[in-house]
Amino acid sequence: MQPTSNAFKENAHLALNDATLQRAISKLGFQAARAAAIARLPEFDKLREQARAIKDHVLANLDLYLERYEAEAQKRGTEVHWCRTPQEARDAVLAICRRLGAKTVTKGKTMIGEEIAINDYLEENGIVPVETDLGEYIIQLRHEPPSHIIAPAIHLTKDQVSDTFLTSHRQYGKTRRLEEAAEMLAEAREILRAKFIAADVGITGANFLIAETGSSVIVTNEGNGDLTQTLPKAHIVLATPEKLVPTLEDATTILRLLARSATGQEMSVYTTFSTGPRRTADRDGPGEYHVVILDNGRTALIGSEFQDILRCIKCGACINHCPVYNAIGGHAYGWVYPGPMGSVLTPAIIGIEAAGHLPNASTFCGRCESVCPMKIPLPKMLRHWREKEFEKGLTPQRFRLGLKLWAWLARRPRLYRLATRLGMGMLGLAGRSKGRFRTLPLARGWTEGRDLPSPEGPTFHSLWAAQQGRGRP
Amino acid sequence: MKVGLFVTCLVDLFRPSVGFAAVKLLEEAGCELEVPRAQTCCGQPAYNSGDKADAKAIARQVIEAFAAYDFVVAPSGSCAGMIKLHYPPLLADEPEWAERAHDLARRTYELISFLVDVCGMDGVDARHEGKVTYHDSCSGLRELGVKAQPRKLLASVAGLELCELPGAEVCCGFGGTFCIKYPEISTRMVADKVKDIQATGAGTLLAGDLGCLLNMAGRLEREGAALKVRHVAELLAGMTELPAIGEPRR
Amino acid sequence: MSAARDQILAGVRRALGKSGSDGARKALVDARIEAHARNLVPKRAELDRAGQLKLFLEMAEKAAATVARVEHLADVPGAVADFLAAQNLPARLRLAPDPVLTRLPWSERALLKIETGTAQGSDTASLTPAFAGIAETGTLMLVSGPETPTTLNFLPDNHLVLLSEGQLVGPYEDAWDRLRAACRGEAWPRTVNFITGPSRSADIEQQLQMGAHGPRRLHIILVAEGSDGEAQG
Repeated sequence: MQPTSNAFKENAHLALNDATLQRAISKLGFQAARAAAIARLPEFDKLREQARAIKDHVLANLDLYLERYEAEAQKRGTEVHWCRTPQEARDAVLAICRRLGAKTVTKGKTMIGEEIAINDYLEENGIVPVETDLGEYIIQLRHEPPSHIIAPAIHLTKDQVSDTFLTSHRQYGKTRRLEEAAEMLAEAREILRAKFIAADVGITGANFLIAETGSSVIVTNEGNGDLTQTLPKAHIVLATPEKLVPTLEDATTILRLLARSATGQEMSVYTTFSTGPRRTADRDGPGEYHVVILDNGRTALIGSEFQDILRCIKCGACINHCPVYNAIGGHAYGWVYPGPMGSVLTPAIIGIEAAGHLPNASTFCGRCESVCPMKIPLPKMLRHWREKEFEKGLTPQRFRLGLKLWAWLARRPRLYRLATRLGMGMLGLAGRSKGRFRTLPLARGWTEGRDLPSPEGPTFHSLWAAQQGRGRP
Repeated sequence: MKVGLFVTCLVDLFRPSVGFAAVKLLEEAGCELEVPRAQTCCGQPAYNSGDKADAKAIARQVIEAFAAYDFVVAPSGSCAGMIKLHYPPLLADEPEWAERAHDLARRTYELISFLVDVCGMDGVDARHEGKVTYHDSCSGLRELGVKAQPRKLLASVAGLELCELPGAEVCCGFGGTFCIKYPEISTRMVADKVKDIQATGAGTLLAGDLGCLLNMAGRLEREGAALKVRHVAELLAGMTELPAIGEPRR
Repeated sequence: MSAARDQILAGVRRALGKSGSDGARKALVDARIEAHARNLVPKRAELDRAGQLKLFLEMAEKAAATVARVEHLADVPGAVADFLAAQNLPARLRLAPDPVLTRLPWSERALLKIETGTAQGSDTASLTPAFAGIAETGTLMLVSGPETPTTLNFLPDNHLVLLSEGQLVGPYEDAWDRLRAACRGEAWPRTVNFITGPSRSADIEQQLQMGAHGPRRLHIILVAEGSDGEAQG
């Protein structure tokens, strides 16, 4: 999808004033669910430490783990496709589909799929992609991008889904406008069942790739990923290199953190380990199994100050706990990955010039880092992006000048004292009777939404100096 | 115990009373207090904006100014956090300064946690009739672990009833430069915070960081709320006869 | 794509400042994989047999699976018939072609129409054998094979699973060890499913609904008698 991250402020403005969106995102229960789940697991924090260590170890030896993964996967009949860019990945997928004469392709939820805009590419080439995750299915019908990496349709109300189904399901002979979520689910289930069975190729993502067995892992609650990867002639997995873990035990450890951090479940309903295509004597399963390993900027982060984002397991906890995300929703971020992890990862993939706002739209409150199961120092990396912007002169000019002036003064204490005594003195005088300013030149951003309390007038240092001069009691 | 007070720019410029409250509390705790003159800012605005060069220059200035003290205390979690957590990595690549930054970090504390954890204070003599609620400023909470200490001291204030703020740990939307860069989002965050504050029925709002307090007080005023907003140090020091934040002064 | 492969690997090695032919490093990685050591196992999962059973039942029910307990394998057809009747479902069942299931006394339930094989779109209920039951989270482990087609776990509206008490383990790690032992020398299965309750979605306004695409109901028939307490399948 085409990034609109540079329109972040405008997007956020629209989001803040979108009553329907605000109603939808006010219902998020992820924070409470996660808190309850980790309260039931005393070892949660210790597991986070271990998970971090596992991923750091893999990253320190990523080349070897990739090679071992490939060897084990190939031993079991997997075809591994190495792709540097989204275009190479798209081409690899299309080639498989073409060779098999694929007409329709079902898809489990895959953020990599969004990253490479695989749906558009397939459609351009006469192949129909069908999203099967209920949230993805709904937004596909609405031609919208996902607004959350776990719950893609979280920005929609039930009414909006109702409207969408009414319009889009007419072609299946459905003419009744549904009111209840259960009815909508049942209708989607019925329609998608036929698509699952008809699909020629199934594409899923991968939560993990396991070097020990050459397996890929997906987790879903719906079971759509399993129908997607079992029924068609071929199963294609879209993955990136940092998804690797060494062993089944390592995957298990991180799985103990994943669902709890994402939705507060102990385990997702379906956790599936796939290894190779169907075996000769199997009665079902895909005849072919392909794993696309897409780099798209990931390995470039190794050894950089952004390496730690490669530990991300896409649980969405940081997104769920971010006060900025909770105010504006996911679309405002303008690309595939919203919230804190999105604000670190997006500039790494599409460039800081195209995503400049994202690392800036944070108060560094640190809640994201505190809930991250992989202990990723998100605020630190957001700050690193700001440093990169500063170095490249991307920081807005007025802001930069203001900062420079402040720093210049701050480094000259005597001048600082003088300037602040004068400035605060005047402001204090102007504000003493009301105690606050409703408006103030140069402070419109602040005063549009709140009053500015008046300074007391004299500065602390001037008062202290006066006290010292008088000889303090 | 020779303590250097790091005033913080916001306290210096907007509300010196907080500084005097800190002085009172520290002296009552038996500290020999000084306020070094060569201090201005901790360097957060530059640091958080990616301007490492200016941040480093200011950090060096702070290190120099506070070299002689056993402890450095700031009535602000964000400034104390800046010095304690961020100065060392900031100056890690300057051999002459790296160790000095670590040394200063070790000696630096946020005010309330210093009083409780280092001075061993377990109560104050203040009195305050009424319901009070407390917002946990993000830096103090997450960088320095300031949570129990203010509550411990507030519990000792005669007549005070503390109503925990739902979402006490949710950011108020100040974020230093954030409220200037993204004022609309910031306004939404503080409006949500103010809803929670008003729902407690408290007559006074307290916190340990003046940035948060100016932000929340400003929104409370804009909504015409009757709450009084103060820095927690003011109440603990028994200085509540002063006009609260945003109130008129004669 | 081998140019891409080479470039990606070379890029990683360059970033790490390491060589791909470093024998010591390779030995370390190989050893770690060979050892497949366990990381921290939650205390909750360290239980004796009775404890495992209790926890499994508790967790499975919390995940909205239903459990029927029977003493003997011979009781299983009756348990299946009871479930279908209680849910007002047609008396039809698609059986996984596993001898553990096919040699059960189905003839005692003449009204129950039994078919074996892979799932067909019209199937309303399936019965598959579990490989293990994981008490830690009330999860069933099902493994694909010639006699255990995966589609039976997903296509029918109602999924019944036969689990014997001897197949219960505490933590996931024990289940992996059992699978490794069972696969010794043979191919690792195409699919290993860990199933915790029936299919669900909360994608519409955060309201949890059961029966998204997978089965609406998951019914576990837990039999005290197993073949020999060892892993089946």
